Order: sequence, then C-alpha cells, then structure tokens
Amino acid sequence: MTLLELFSVPFMQRALIAAFLVGIAAPAVGTYIVQRRLALMGDGIGHVAVTGVAIGLWTQTSPTWAAVIVAIAGAVVIEIVRERGHAEGDVALAMLFYGGLAGGVFVTGLAGTGASRLQEFLFGSILTISVDDLLVTMALAVVLIVICVGLSPQLFAVSQDADYAKVAGLPVRFYSILVAVLAALSVVIAMRTVGLLLVSALMVVPVAIVQQLTRSFRMTLLGAMGAGLAASVGGLVLAAALSRTGANVQPGPSIVLVALAGFFLVWPIGAWLRRRRALVAPFPETAPVEKPVDEAHPHHHGEKCGHVAVEHGDHVDYIHDGHRHAAHVGAEGEHYDEH
Amino acid sequence: MKPNGNSTVPSDVPVQLLHGDVALSGRPVLREVDLTVERGEFVALMGANGSGKSTLVRTLVGLNPLSAGRLELFGRPLAGFHDWSRVGYVPQRSTATGGVPASVWEVVASGRLTHRKLLRPLRSADRAAIRAALEVVGMDAYAHRGVAQLSGGQHQRVLIARALAGRPELLLLDEPTAGVDLPNQHALAGALGRLKEAGATIVLVAHELGPLAPLVDRAVVMRDGRKAYDGPPLSDADVHAQGFDAGHVHCDDASTPEPNAAVPTPLKEL
Ligand SMILES: Nc1ncnc2c1ncn2[C@@H]1O[C@H](COP(=O)(O)OP(=O)(O)O)[C@@H](O)[C@H]1O
Ligand SMILES: [Mg+2]
Ligand SMILES: [Zn+2]
Ligand SMILES: [Zn+2]
Ligand SMILES: [Zn+2]
Repeated sequence: MTLLELFSVPFMQRALIAAFLVGIAAPAVGTYIVQRRLALMGDGIGHVAVTGVAIGLWTQTSPTWAAVIVAIAGAVVIEIVRERGHAEGDVALAMLFYGGLAGGVFVTGLAGTGASRLQEFLFGSILTISVDDLLVTMALAVVLIVICVGLSPQLFAVSQDADYAKVAGLPVRFYSILVAVLAALSVVIAMRTVGLLLVSALMVVPVAIVQQLTRSFRMTLLGAMGAGLAASVGGLVLAAALSRTGANVQPGPSIVLVALAGFFLVWPIGAWLRRRRALVAPFPETAPVEKPVDEAHPHHHGEKCGHVAVEHGDHVDYIHDGHRHAAHVGAEGEHYDEH
Repeated sequence: MKPNGNSTVPSDVPVQLLHGDVALSGRPVLREVDLTVERGEFVALMGANGSGKSTLVRTLVGLNPLSAGRLELFGRPLAGFHDWSRVGYVPQRSTATGGVPASVWEVVASGRLTHRKLLRPLRSADRAAIRAALEVVGMDAYAHRGVAQLSGGQHQRVLIARALAGRPELLLLDEPTAGVDLPNQHALAGALGRLKEAGATIVLVAHELGPLAPLVDRAVVMRDGRKAYDGPPLSDADVHAQGFDAGHVHCDDASTPEPNAAVPTPLKEL
C-alpha cells in the first residue's frame, strides 16, 4: 500500500482529522499552561486520566467519558493544590500522578483487559479511533480553540498577573479552574493521537518552539497552534509511512519526536535573535553595585569613602550594604538615610 | 415619609478604612489602621521598609483580607463593590513575568479589561487609551517589545501605563518611581498632576517623593504596621523623624549616638 492509498483508508482519515484538530487545540491550551509555569500539569493530568480510561474499559462504558470525568477531577485538584501554595503541594501532586498511573494499570489488570488495550491510550494509536470518538474529539477541540482564542485577553491577564487581574474585577479563581479544565479536556482528546503519557509534550513543545522567535503573547499562541498542527499531522504521517515498511510505530512517540526536531531546528535562529536583542537592550537605569567595604562606617560619605556614589535627583546617594544612603542636613546635623 | 437625604446613597468617599487589622501568614502586619481618602486627594504613603505600606495598599484594593475592621470603596463595602473600572493599581515592582513572551502593548492592554465586554475585540477608544498611557510614561516607542527585554525601570513604567489605560478615578501606586530615572519621574509627575486636575484620587507609596512632592496634599507615615502620622505634607527631614530614622545608626556625627537596643526590630533594612 502506498502512502496515498493509506490516506484513502477510513481509519487513517479519521486519524488525520483527529491529529489536525488536536494539533491545534492542545498547544492553544498549552500556551496558558506554560504562561502559568505549569508545564508539567498536562503530564500530571495525563497520568491521572489513565485511571479514568481503565475504569471505562473495565465497566465497558466509554473510556473517553470516564477519562473526561477523572481528568477534570484531577485537574481541579491540581489547581487547588497550586493555589494554596503549600510547601508539601509538590509532593501531594507527585503522589496523585503516580497514584493515577498505578491505579490505571492495576484496574486494567483486575479487568483482565490486557495491557495492549491500555497501551493504545498511553501512546496513541492510528487504528482505533471510532467515528464516535472522532465526533467527540472534533466537538471538544472546537470548544477548546474557541475558548482559548476568544477569551485570550482575560486568560492572558489572569495568567500574567493574577493580583492585577483580581483588582480589575476578573473572577480569577474561575478562570484558573477553567484553564485546568481545558487542560483536562485537551488531554482526553489527545489521548488517542499522542497518548496519555506524551500528551503534555504536544501542549508544551510547540510553545517552546515558537517562543524562541516571538515577542508577543498573541503571536506565541497562534504560532504554537501552527507548530502543533505541523508536528501532529507530520508525526502521524511519519508513523503511518513507517508502518508500511512493517514497523510498528505508534503515533504518539513519532509526533513528539517531530515536535522536538522542530525545536532543535528553530533553536539556532532563536539564539541568534536573542543575541541581537541583547545588543539593543538598554542599560539598566540604576546600577546598585557595591564595592565590598568595611561594614559599620563612622564616616561621612564622600568622594573617598569607598561607597559607590549615585546621583539621585537633587542629591547624591551612597550605596551601602545593599541600600542607598542620602545625606541630609537636619537640625541634629548631617545624617544618612536608607532609601 | 420624607426621604431623608444621603443615608442610603453611597457616600462616594473613594477609600474608607476603619480599624483595619491585617494578618499575613498568621502574623499580624497591620494594626488598627484608619484611613479615609477624600475625592481628589493626593495622599503620599511613606515609611521605612517593612512598615506595612504595600500591605496597606494591597488591602485597599482587596488583595489582602481584613481580619478585623471595615473597608469601603466609593461608599460600598468591599464585598459589594464591583465597579473596578474606577480603580487602578500599580503593584510594587516585580520583575516576575509569565512563562510566555508578552509585549508591552499586551500588558498595557490588559488595563482596559475593566471596560471591555467578553469576546469583543479592542475598540478604537481602547486603543486610544492604551496609546495615550504609553505616551505618558514614555514607552510608546517600545509598544511591540517583549516585556522580558525591558530594564526594571521600563517595566515599572509599563505597569504604570497599564493602570493609567483604565482611566481610573482612584489610583493606587506602590513605589512607582523606584528605579525610574529622573526625567521619567518628571513625566510621571506631569501625568499624575493632570489626573489630579481631572479630579482623580491618588494614593502613592514612595520612599522619596522627588518631583512628585508638589502634588502631595497629605502625608501618611506608617511605622511598624501602624499609622504613625497623618497630616499635611512633611519635609523630608520630618518624615524621617516620623518613620525612617528610628532604626538608623548609620549617622556618623557622634553627637547623637543611637543605641542599638532602642531599635525596633521590625524596621528592617533591605
Ligand atoms: N505574604 C506575607 N506573609 C507574611 N508576612 C509578610 C508578607 N508580606 C509582607 N509581610 C511582612 O509584612 C511587613 C510589611 O511588609 P510590606 O507591607 O511589604 O512593607 P513595605 O511595603 O512598607 O516595605 C513586613 O514585615 C513583611 O515582612
Ligand atoms: Mg513595599
Ligand atoms: Zn536618594
Ligand atoms: Zn554607608
Ligand atoms: Zn533623613
């Protein structure tokens, strides 16, 4: 079968449509995840969703909907732990992730479903996307894309500076949880294509590719969607092409490798741009660098005292012990203030 | 029954804090702070590092909950206040940015969110306000730069522009001039002066007023989480007598030896 013939096969067409939409939607959500510095959140949700899939397989209901429920629950828990900002939050999340993965594999064993069935969800599969799955994927992907683009001013503000967003009257908590739920949904729609264990890569790597080149959030968001689309479809085609040769390559790993290859292709361009920008970057407006000098200083600051002098408006400050001193002549004589 | 005047009409006093106590991480930081700011007033909030200025400003914009006391904005209790387009806030300088590039324009544009409806693009009025705010802080030439590439002072000016873009009636600025060079401090003073003339109410935290000094109607000096002074603007030396110098033993004139033991511990220097 030639590659062209392969594309005329219905299962391959379904896989291509899914890869197309997932490739756009996952990085769109991923942009907000990366902006919030939660790059591993998708990974965590993916692990938790394994349990959902296993429960769906075991109960012979829909693995997709079971995964939706469990992934959303996991994502909301992750967001709440993050918001609390507890020191032990990190460990709590790690336990949640391992629990999700172990629970999923364990339940699969209980059900006697066989590891290969679960594997389709862990690393993606070209062959198994049913028409129903595709319809759910298409609907959810469109919802994700519309929300990520349409609410981008709000989601941007909340992720960039939550305090400011709060003072602007935005429901910060609602939007934070919304982002977590969007992440859960993108994990679920991507699980047939990239698989649960690699889904996070499709959310994060396209963002990492384009942000080497971009200076605005909007360009990063749109660029990541384009890069994700290219990686997702490109990786799927690569896996399909290789499978013609008798190899058994799953689409997940090949999509992720294509994305990573894109990153390393763009890297030299990004490095060159960064160097160029560094050259035009302004000098910092204040340079409070201090020579190490003796601590307590029973002296008048002046030209020879060794403290760095900085002109500051109408007076001169002396940098001392990390702060600035200004001489004041008051009733009680000359003294120095921090400021 | 004769309707009797203003008893149910919001008083419209921009800020009214009564006996405000604030605890952060279980530690009391503000104690019994009373602060009323009248419409059109320009209040300078001063005091040493760690005296609670930022905590007070964050409390006034609803970012820190009160553990006791009562806060009203424009005559409404905080919980019932929703008119956030009337309030602008410039946080104390943070160089923290998101994990994704953002342009100066985009950051300043988020100052218009209080005026925008969901799922609507920027209108021309929004664009005009963003452009005007960028010009005021002298950053219009940088609109399409990434904020991550700015110096600290430039970043501070972007945050000021973000607040100005919303055209607030009440503007709270936390050390807006820290790290900003003198010409731009003058530009900021000009912008705040125009806002003040237009009737805006301004609360400004500053360690040193510089070019802003002529605008100040009233000074409030914080010390150790309490209000130490509230009254007419102070000369620099007076402010220091109120708050700054209590912990200062750097003076070299031996005539006023300040024993270390008398130093209140919370006046830590940074
Ligand atoms: N999140 C926090 N948790 C606990 N203590 C805090 C927190 N933020 C500030 N503080 C403490 O509150 C006091 C006042 O801080 P702050 O309001 O930032 O002072 P200022 O702005 O006047 O320098 C300081 O002692 C500081 O250490
Ligand atoms: Mg402060
Ligand atoms: Zn100075
Ligand atoms: Zn010194
Ligand atoms: Zn002084």
